[in-house]
Amino acid sequence: MAVTDTNATERVEPEPAAAQDPSVSPVVDHGPVALHSPVPRVAHHVSAPSTDDQVDRGPRGIKLAKISKTGDRVFRALASTSGLAMVLIVLFVGIFLLALALPSLRADQDNFFTSRNWTVAGNQLRFGIAGMLWTTVLSSVLAMAMAVPVAVGVALCLTQYLHKRAAGPISFVVDLLAAVPSIIFGLWGLIVLGPFLAPAAQWLSNTIGWIPLFSKSVDPKGSVFVASVVLAIMILPIVMAISRDVFAQTPRDHIEAALALGATRWEVIRTAVLPHGRSGVISASMLGLGRALGETIAVMIILTTPAAGSPFSPSIFAGGETFASKIANNAAEFDSPSKTGAYIAAGLVLFLITFVVNAMARVIAERGGAKS
Amino acid sequence: MSVTTSDSQLSFARPGGGRTVKNALATVFVTLATVLAVIPLFWVLITVITKGIRLILTSTWWLQSQRGITPRRQGGGAYHAIVGTVEMALICAAIAVPLGIMGAILLIEYAKGTKVARGVSFMVDILSGIPSIVAALFIYALFITIFGLGRSAIAVSLSLVLLMLPVVLRATEEMLKLVPQELREASYALGVPKWKTILKVVIPTAFSGIVTGVMLGLARVMGETAPLLILVSYAVGINFSPTSDTMGALPTMINSGRDQPPQMPGYERVWAAALTLIIIVMLLNLLARAIARASRLKEK
Repeated sequence: MAVTDTNATERVEPEPAAAQDPSVSPVVDHGPVALHSPVPRVAHHVSAPSTDDQVDRGPRGIKLAKISKTGDRVFRALASTSGLAMVLIVLFVGIFLLALALPSLRADQDNFFTSRNWTVAGNQLRFGIAGMLWTTVLSSVLAMAMAVPVAVGVALCLTQYLHKRAAGPISFVVDLLAAVPSIIFGLWGLIVLGPFLAPAAQWLSNTIGWIPLFSKSVDPKGSVFVASVVLAIMILPIVMAISRDVFAQTPRDHIEAALALGATRWEVIRTAVLPHGRSGVISASMLGLGRALGETIAVMIILTTPAAGSPFSPSIFAGGETFASKIANNAAEFDSPSKTGAYIAAGLVLFLITFVVNAMARVIAERGGAKS
Repeated sequence: MSVTTSDSQLSFARPGGGRTVKNALATVFVTLATVLAVIPLFWVLITVITKGIRLILTSTWWLQSQRGITPRRQGGGAYHAIVGTVEMALICAAIAVPLGIMGAILLIEYAKGTKVARGVSFMVDILSGIPSIVAALFIYALFITIFGLGRSAIAVSLSLVLLMLPVVLRATEEMLKLVPQELREASYALGVPKWKTILKVVIPTAFSGIVTGVMLGLARVMGETAPLLILVSYAVGINFSPTSDTMGALPTMINSGRDQPPQMPGYERVWAAALTLIIIVMLLNLLARAIARASRLKEK
């Protein structure tokens, strides 16, 4: 990385050198070229022949000190190192997790992707991620399904309906929601929201319980349902903030054109604001999804861990374990390498999933940005 | 929206029934969404404040630890946890802030528009999406499994660096973008080398924004729980040493007492710890916003 970096900037250097000729007359404005050029050096070269041995004189007789390049070199090296550090950190996360997970994955007697077992103590390793994958994806997708419409609604309200003065405080309140630590959401979800939602969950599973997704379960309090409501609250500020920003950038002309054609406010939104903000909203939703997939402590506190060997329930009113909550729940038991390796394998899968989701969010945002 | 009023004056045919209904429905939906979005913050805040306010108003809460205090006993404070939380966050900041600022300088001052900048920027996006539990597992894998070191508060700080870095870097980057190009050019024209220009002109101009970013980053890492669970054990006593394997922290203080029934004195302490954590994090956030606001006003 560092090598390409120096090459890239070294290539810029000839520009100021080529611009040496016009720089003889100091009146000429070099514009952006002067940016990269260490000015004294150019002046130095030019003035050398004209004023015999007074090397340090600039074009107008201004004394220019010789400037050492060491400081610049050191500073650039520092900046490049920290850039390199970012790249290495992400690569190392993948590499080290994989390296430590591989031995356990090799020793795994079950299929890693389809098994629901989690026997990691002793010599016989039997573990798979099917159960965790289901709970993680179910809770996150449910959270996204709840958060995105609300976030888009709020963003529309703030940008298209409310006056700036009214929008400010509401924006502020939703933004502050992002500052609440997840453990507090977890505690609140467990003690306050869970009991509050229990009757609704009960009613839902009584009426449409014949659908497996809503079937009855033993303990409706620590359910995926409650966890995803809390997750939805947690990702709401991110999705809202990004949607608000893209909606606010809708070209004024588009809005006014729609209004001039007699569109109602909703039609303005549908024909001008939403099409403009679509890629932004999708990208924001993906970012929110990424957050929800990796959320640890709130989910861990809320979800009831099913007893080992209990039958699989696809219901949102059942408990379960996500990748993150499983790892955090068992953090105290990382004693043997094979056991730790199994948990690290689960962490690796989580890393890969969030990597893909976040990369997609970025690609979508970039494409949208390029289009507009 | 002056256009709307003139529109209604001009309209010869009012929008048909179906369109008006749709428009009204949209308004209702948008209003409902906003109300719904505002509720959680107040609900959470009111819950935490009403349940925790009594304890944090006592001086023992801020001056004593939980050493020797069982869930059945009254008393004790959160001093040990506050010390741990602040200490780990500061160690993390000491590493993450210079790295983040230098990274932003690379992206804006040295490699702007190049492939290097794109690559690094992509990695920063990925880094900001890494779940805290994965960051913790990574440090566990690196320091504890591979290097053979024990669990420690420093390990926690290192994993928090992964979470704080992108916040600081992005905030700094945004501010560096706003520094007027003329300032840099003026400095170059005076013969100031690039690195000195960055240090003495660019960074001071962007300083308030960088401070905002650092405070938001601190607020984020102080509330993280997952790395604490994996990389350090919760200690009920006061401990200043970052290398020891136990250290108190507000999130783990909440986590360790969360199962207590409401009639126990320990139950109230959990909520008081939650309130303490919220106060610290919110203060940092509000302060960061105030700084950002003040500097924006000054620019105008």
